This record gives sequence, structure tokens and C-alpha cells, in this order.
Amino acid sequence: MNHERRNFFKGIAFVSPWLIGFIVFTAVPIVLSLYYSFCDYALTNPHRGPYWIGLDNYRQLLHDALFWKSLVNTLYYAAMALPAGLLVSLGFALMLNADIRGQAFYRTIIFLPSLIPAIASAMVWLWMFNGRLGLFNYLLGKVHLPPVNWLGERWAMPSLALMSLWGVGNTVVIYLAGLQDVPTALYEAAHIDGAGPFRRLFAVTIPILTPVIFFNLVMAIIATFSILTVPYIMTQGGPNNATYFYTMFNYDQAFRFLHMGYASALAWIQLLITLFFTAIAFWSARKWVHYE
Amino acid sequence: MNKRGRLVSALFLHAGLLCVCAGLILPFLWMLSTSLKTLPQTTETPPRFLPHPWQPQNYGAIFTHPNFHALLYTRNTLLIAALTVIGTVISSSIVAYGFARIAFRGKGILFAIMLGTIMIPFPITMVSLFRIFRWMDVHTAAWLGAGNFLQMLGTFKPLWLPAWFGSAFNIFLLRQFFITIPRELSEAARIDGCSELGIFLRIILPLARPALAVVALFSFLGVWNDFLGPLVFIQRPNQYTLALGLEAFQNRVGGSEWNLLMAASVLVCVPTLLLFFLAQRTFIRGIATTGGK
Repeated sequence: MNHERRNFFKGIAFVSPWLIGFIVFTAVPIVLSLYYSFCDYALTNPHRGPYWIGLDNYRQLLHDALFWKSLVNTLYYAAMALPAGLLVSLGFALMLNADIRGQAFYRTIIFLPSLIPAIASAMVWLWMFNGRLGLFNYLLGKVHLPPVNWLGERWAMPSLALMSLWGVGNTVVIYLAGLQDVPTALYEAAHIDGAGPFRRLFAVTIPILTPVIFFNLVMAIIATFSILTVPYIMTQGGPNNATYFYTMFNYDQAFRFLHMGYASALAWIQLLITLFFTAIAFWSARKWVHYE
Repeated sequence: MNKRGRLVSALFLHAGLLCVCAGLILPFLWMLSTSLKTLPQTTETPPRFLPHPWQPQNYGAIFTHPNFHALLYTRNTLLIAALTVIGTVISSSIVAYGFARIAFRGKGILFAIMLGTIMIPFPITMVSLFRIFRWMDVHTAAWLGAGNFLQMLGTFKPLWLPAWFGSAFNIFLLRQFFITIPRELSEAARIDGCSELGIFLRIILPLARPALAVVALFSFLGVWNDFLGPLVFIQRPNQYTLALGLEAFQNRVGGSEWNLLMAASVLVCVPTLLLFFLAQRTFIRGIATTGGK
């Protein structure tokens, strides 16, 4: 056996666990759900398997008010939580990157909340958002502001977006790692040229940080479009479907109403939407991301 | 910048960071404070920040509460976590070795596909995964009888078995680490007659311990924090993980026994926080590596 062939078999042998897992747990499910998405497949009737109905599921989706509602909800949340999360975490990272005392302490405190399991943070915020006994309304009362119905129809979405900022610690650490890569020579050069702190931020730091910003953006897009745990626990999609997220709709169709065909169509649309926004991010990256 | 200007800006920075930290720590303190209150104290207005009298017995109560079986849920979660961590570390390092140290045709494409799968979130595959497991169960039951060792649904296997086939994210992490190990080391071993598996086990793995720690840590946290996975694959209450158990508990007592609910939440946070303080460096290094470096 020649060298190249031997290496080929060796390589495949080493990556085979992933290859098998990829086929069984990712490739087949995705292809299968594409097939199911063209089928009437209700698990309520155990004797009838998937039954081909062509594009009917997708046609039905277009007229499903709940589909649009959950899609708009998810986009609304993304429009608030995505930019806010990226900006706030960048701000924290810039503050932490300064050469000051107690930096390690501040960094630990900022990072800690991102470690809290989603279930526990949902419980705490549910308690703090509580209308009558919650901490937030008490604090508002202290400064003579009227109480807010935090998880009511109008404020529930902004409240969830606000809450998401509690967990930005992960992103902050990634930004910090990027900031430590900025060559000090560049700062010195900018300083000699008489650039002030703001000028240095926008002309040196941010351009060099753009690959990291881009990475965080793509990760945030993927995570935001598959959000489920926190709203599922805190609001169950309510009130009046104000926080009914796309993934929740998908979950309900599949495991509550057992409409597997319909749910598969939803999964595929989610895949396409995520790909679409990621592709936009990648496409726009050519204009604003600087690689050395 | 002159000395005075520097002092003023440092002062502003400290003030800003202190405000940020106070805001971020508040939910923690509130959770802790509530978890130590008596039930009447939770409904007091104005609320008191320091419980008086304080009631640490709440932490005992959640272990004996009829609606929350802390020990059982912890056991279940730890079992799934242990099996996931072991599987992830073993298989991800094997696969990462293949991607990092063996030149074979098709590697580039396979690696690109693997990176792509990081971007596929669980909700997209969950429906068909459930169907595939059901299909496997029907067929294994026909051969081996019902309730055989290959049974998937109704057991913990759907949650930990996939980990034994490597996880794309961790493979990537380990591969990034493996390629930094000097080639000369493997070459020397090869000349000494060491097989590829021998190089992997005796040279690469011992050197990769810090990276393996990162992978073990992250996969443990992944299981500990997971909610959707158990929600889809676990039905029977005696198989609940802590996350599912806490959610069920909240559905039962939510709106009343906030002190117990907060005690249970603290309990869920403790292992994570403990791990963090024991392995801070591992955490920070791991997260920094993921940021595309």
C-alpha cells in the first residue's frame, strides 16, 4: 500500500467517530426533515407514516398568523438584544482593558453572571420582575416612578432583552482577548500624532477589533434565532403571545401538537433564515472587517 | 496626558466599573437574600435586604420538599454530565488528532463541513432526531425485545450518546491546540517505531492536558445548563434533570414559595461557580481561544 493511501485510511480512521456522528445525528436529520417538511405527518395517528403533500406545509405557513407573530417577535427581540449585547460588552471590555487597579476583580464580577444556568437566571429575573413584590418596581417606587408591568404584553420583550445583557460576560472575555492583541506601537504612534482618546478608539482599537466583533456577531445571530429556554420558563410565550418565539412555535408544533411535517418545515425555514443573516454578515464583512 | 488628567480619568473609570458591577451583582445578592428569608418576609413591603431572622433551613427544605427531589435531579444531571464529558473528551481528541496531524485527501472539505455544523442549532434537528431515535427503538425492539440495552427514548442515551461521536466545537478547539505542538516530536517517535495511535496517546495527549481540561469544563457546563435537550427527550419525572425539576417546581409553587425557589436556584448555580473559582484560568483561556484565535 503506498504512502498516500495509507495516510488516507489512517486519517479517515481517526475522524470516523465524527464522520459517523455527523451522518447519523446531523446530516440524516436535516435531509429527513426536508423530506418531512413536504409531508403530512401527524404522530397522533400511529398507523399512518409520512404522506407526501408537496408544498402544502409551506403554503399553510404563509397563512398562519402564529408563524408570522413568532417570526416578528424573534426579529423584534434580535433587533434589541443583538446590537445592545454587542455594544455593551464592547464597552465593558474597553473599560476592563484600561490599566487600573482591581482589574481582575471587576473582570470576575462582569464574567460571573454568564455562568449562571439559564434556568436559575430565569427564576431570579422572574422574581425581580414580579409586579407586586419584585425588586425593580420597589426601586422605581423609591425614585417616585410608577411601577412597570415588566412581563406584561408591552414590556415583556424589552425586559427579556434587558435581561440578556446580564449574561454578556462571555462576549466581554472574547473582546478582551482581542484587545490584548492590539499592538502598543500603534497606540504610541497615534499618541505622537496627537490623537485623543476617542480618535484612538475609532481609528486604532475598533478597526483592529473588527474580526472579533464579526465573530461575536455571527455567534449572536445563531444564538438569538434559536432562543427558547428563558422565555419558555418565564412567560411561556405570553402574555397574548407577546413573547412567543420562533423556536417555541417549532417546539409546540412538534412535541405538543405532534405535527411533525409542519414542524420540519419550520425547522428548515429557521435554517434558511439563520443562513440568510449569517450570509449578510459575511457579505458585509468585506466592507468593514480588517484582517492583517 | 498630564498626571492630574490621568487621575481624573482613572477615577471616572473606577466609578463606571463599580456601577456596572453593582448592577450585575444585584440579582445574585437578591437571590441569595431571598433564599434565606422566611415566607412572610418574601411578601414584605418595603422588602428587606438582610433577612431577619434568617432561615438557612430553606436549603434543607428543598431536599425534602414533596415537589422537588434535589438529590434525584442532581444524580440524574451528574450521570448525564459524566457520560457526556468522558465521551466528548475521548472522541473529540481522537478526531482532532486526525484533523491536526495527518495529511489525507479530503481533509479540507471534511474540516469545512465540520466547522459548518457548529452553526446548526439543536432546534433545527430536534424533530428528526426524535424520529430517528423512535425508529431505532422500533427496530432494536424487534430484534432484541422491548427495553433492551439499545433502547434510546425513555433513557438518558439521546442526551449523552451523541457526545461519544465528538462535538464539532470541541474538535475545533483541540485541533487548534494540537497544531501548535512541534512536528519534530511526532517525527522522532515515528522513527523510534511508534505507531500513529502510540504518538497520539503517548506524546500528544499528555501535552494537551490544559486543552482537554477546557473541553471537559465546557462540555460539563453544556449539560448542566441544558434545558431544551432534556425537555425534548425526558418525559418521566423521576428522570428529570435539575433544570427540568426546577422548572416543574416553579410551575407548582411559583408565585408563592419564592424563598424555596431561590434556594433551589442557588443550588443549581453552586457547582458552576465552584468550578469557576477552582479553574478560573482554564475558563478564561478556553473562551479566549474560541474567539477565533
